[in-house]
Amino acid sequence: MTISNFTRRAVVGLIAAAGLAAPVAAEVDFSGKTIEWVIPFSETGGSAKWANFFAPLLSEALPGQPTVVVKFMPGAGSTKGANWFQEQEHDDGTLLFGTSGSTQFPYLLSDPRVRYEYNDWIPVMASGTGGVAYLNAEDGAKFDGSANALKDTSFIYGSQGATRLDLVPLLAWQMLGMDVEPVFGIKGRGDGRLMFERGEANIDYQTSSGFLGGSAPLVEAGQAVPMMTWGALDADGNIVRDPTFPDIPTFKEVCEATDGCETSGEAWDAWKAFFVAGFPVQKLAFLPGDTPQDVVDTYTAAFQAVTERADFADISSKRVGKYPVFVGDGSKAALQTATSVDDNAKQYVLNWLKDSYGVELN
Amino acid sequence: MEVFATALPALGDAWALILQPIVLGYLVLGVVMGLAVGVFPGLGGIAGLSLLLPFMFGMDPILGLALMIGMVAVVPTSDTFASVLMGIPGSSASQATVLDGFPMAKKGEAARALSAAFASSLFGGLVGATFLTMFILIARPIVLAFGLPEMLMITILGLSMVAILAGRIPLKGVAAAGLGLMVGTIGEADAGGSLRMATYDIPYLTDGLKLVIVGLGIFAVPEIVSLLRQDRSIAKGASLGAGWLDGVKDWFANIWLSVRCSIIGVIVGVIPGLGGSVVDWIAYGHSVQTTKDKSNFGKGEVRGVIGPESSNNAKEGGGLVPTLLFGIPGSGSMAIFIGAVALLGSGDIEVGPSMLQDNLDITYSIVWLLALANVVGTILCIAASGGIAKLTTIRFTYLAPFLFMLISFAAFQSGQNFEDLLALFVIGLIGIFLRRFDWSRPAFLIGFVLSNPVEKFTNQAFQIASFRFRKSFGEGMEYVFSPIVIILIVVTIVSIILGIRQAKMIMAEGEVQSGSKRAPLVFLLAIMAYLAVALINANMIPDYNMTDKIIPLVIGYVSLFCCVVLLIQMMRRPEGDAIFADKEVAGEDASAPHGLWSTLAWFASLIAATWVVGFILALIGFLIAFLRVRAGSSLQMTLILTACGIGFMCVMAGALNRDFPPGLLQDMVDLPWPLK
Repeated sequence: MTISNFTRRAVVGLIAAAGLAAPVAAEVDFSGKTIEWVIPFSETGGSAKWANFFAPLLSEALPGQPTVVVKFMPGAGSTKGANWFQEQEHDDGTLLFGTSGSTQFPYLLSDPRVRYEYNDWIPVMASGTGGVAYLNAEDGAKFDGSANALKDTSFIYGSQGATRLDLVPLLAWQMLGMDVEPVFGIKGRGDGRLMFERGEANIDYQTSSGFLGGSAPLVEAGQAVPMMTWGALDADGNIVRDPTFPDIPTFKEVCEATDGCETSGEAWDAWKAFFVAGFPVQKLAFLPGDTPQDVVDTYTAAFQAVTERADFADISSKRVGKYPVFVGDGSKAALQTATSVDDNAKQYVLNWLKDSYGVELN
Repeated sequence: MEVFATALPALGDAWALILQPIVLGYLVLGVVMGLAVGVFPGLGGIAGLSLLLPFMFGMDPILGLALMIGMVAVVPTSDTFASVLMGIPGSSASQATVLDGFPMAKKGEAARALSAAFASSLFGGLVGATFLTMFILIARPIVLAFGLPEMLMITILGLSMVAILAGRIPLKGVAAAGLGLMVGTIGEADAGGSLRMATYDIPYLTDGLKLVIVGLGIFAVPEIVSLLRQDRSIAKGASLGAGWLDGVKDWFANIWLSVRCSIIGVIVGVIPGLGGSVVDWIAYGHSVQTTKDKSNFGKGEVRGVIGPESSNNAKEGGGLVPTLLFGIPGSGSMAIFIGAVALLGSGDIEVGPSMLQDNLDITYSIVWLLALANVVGTILCIAASGGIAKLTTIRFTYLAPFLFMLISFAAFQSGQNFEDLLALFVIGLIGIFLRRFDWSRPAFLIGFVLSNPVEKFTNQAFQIASFRFRKSFGEGMEYVFSPIVIILIVVTIVSIILGIRQAKMIMAEGEVQSGSKRAPLVFLLAIMAYLAVALINANMIPDYNMTDKIIPLVIGYVSLFCCVVLLIQMMRRPEGDAIFADKEVAGEDASAPHGLWSTLAWFASLIAATWVVGFILALIGFLIAFLRVRAGSSLQMTLILTACGIGFMCVMAGALNRDFPPGLLQDMVDLPWPLK
């Protein structure tokens, strides 16, 4: 099965299910209990923001209005927390676990520290984001919708590491034939943007919320020129323009316009596979694998109720971005999409990491 | 002045927002909560803010800000209690306070040290806010002028403070700092992900050691063990000499030092990526250099408290600039603060460049709420300092078990692994020996704290500089030798030269007698063995990951070279030379009624029992056994104190939603909280 076929099927299911997940009347009652939502990252990251946004809403929507507290278990780039969750069993339904793209990528790349198996867990909610790449004003002037005029420029990019989400932009720029040298060791995309603002880096990318908050003002001031988004997936699994940034072309469009960049074949399939795993389904909430169906249904109904709040579109767009939230069966399909990468794509990326950055994951 | 035309009305609006009774009420509430959680070293701000997060959703922005800022602002103030009274560095911002604050407490001047510290904190906070009110309008371009070479130079300036704190034998100080740097490189490298002195089979080591654990291990454990061995009160003779009014007078007498250190604090705080790790050392170094009679530093010089404390609250204000203007947190608590601001109200306030254009009134409210919270917190702290200082007159054997309890819990919270406790013990052991043989512990800690910035900024600056040099030689030179870099190089060189001249007078460990050759030599050989292994280990990293090995290699060779020279000196010099300093020869430790190992065994037993039955059960056993056997108190007293200790632990941990270390027992049976 090719990636695109697979993705299309999965995404069709995902979109269909998101609409259908019917709240089931369950008899589970959490009165007086405390639900622990464990995040395998520190208090300071994007996943913390995500969980802190949903926690009070979930508390209101669950029967008995339990307290929902977010707990942090950082370590080894989230593999520590995920390995811990793998050992957990259903107790009284008060344990919820959240993952992010940084948990998905080591799993997909068979990092030796990974001792968890996504398919053992029960997903109850999933949400995504997008990403925007941009250039400094000088090089941005040479950008004409294709990267043809950018191939002779040397670029510097502040990166968190080639095996992280940065894999997606680094691979994309390489496919466009651009010469981008990553400066590794920064701690967050905010630091990358600062490096760009200081003129030390001349290319950068931010996730959607990071772009809106910090980089869009640079674009307005003429200090930055948006280059491309990674795009979004439509119901057929095709990459289309990101609904948050309808005026910015996608990487796919730029690739098509650029000499030597192909939107088919091994490299493209690999890039798309990792893009899908890292962005449209970036964050997932799980229950332990042996959770009884009535508890799963209760959570599904609660998250469904959260997404159906009249003000949900409004409050979520400001805090976690204007992207779909998948619930119930929708989140199962989302999990499939996010954690299935074809062996060829995986091998391609592993070889690329080794050849370009000397990274060997075993 | 167009700038002031927009700034003044915004400042007026800000004050109108702040000076509502309900806003002030929330601020005081935040301050009180901050003081309550501030007792946990290294945990306060982050734990407190996480606790507030669920309430932030949709809250009126100004009320939410008042509550959160009240809490964040008092942490650098309240952690002074632990630094001065117990010698426990509460956070990276109060490490330098320990150097002179704790000796003052030992002299019976705890109240004086505390109130001098609080007065300086308060003043620093206000100077910081005043400076920021003007500065924040022009801060953006200045912050952007600090690129990687500039940050590297500031880090090196911080590192150069080692020269002042090196002690009587400068080589030992350099080697101690080198060892700290090497310990700081343990774990996965930031750049290429190579492992240094770690393996995936022990996942704990791959993340590296946490500052909280190293700070507690290097400073707190040796002091606790030493005082416990001597079986006396912290204040010699159990009497309090100077009172809190003296401290305030001390501060006033040194007001210009306080002003200068406050400005240092704001400016260093403004630079993103450095945060609090260097500022108190630079302020301490400045205090030493500007004091005529340097003989009292390290033994309880009040200027050594005033300098760092003036700078660390001012730094919080400075730290608002990267947080608010760039959305880049300067510290863990600021990161949560950013996340929480997004939850406030209708989510309209987004930290970042727009804070100056659209939300200048909110920005000013934040700046002045911080200053106001400082005032409230400081007044509460000064009022309490006289009473709390009495703790130093209690027989230490009654305090020690509770301190072991606190530091174990604090260490566990940093990573929530049982290994955290083991690491605390091992680092504590290193701290005990560094102290015994008069190797500079501050130098070790500076090395550890600055290890990651030194490596990161060196690699990144090198990479970008070579990129610029490839473009043209001129562009490269312009990048590397900017005016700021040149100024910083001059300052660093001057401070090293002055430091080396003065170092001999500053004895952080007080007078240490020298003894026979054997023990100091064995310790030196142990350090050399570690350095050699670390060097071999770094050498095994393949060359394409040069960024991951270059710093450990360079630092390792330099430190090893220092050790070899020391070894040669040790072989040639006679017994009794200053190089063979050993606290077990003469002095307080040598004449202590209890031995080192038997005292340390109590701490080890707490950790071992935790491994078997979990923290709370182990703690019950530990407290009862310790109080009965070691302290010799009555059964009734023992039970009351144990119940108080356990109760306090459970109330705090329960309120902060924190777990305790589980043991083997908890793996087998499910127990209810707090036993689980």
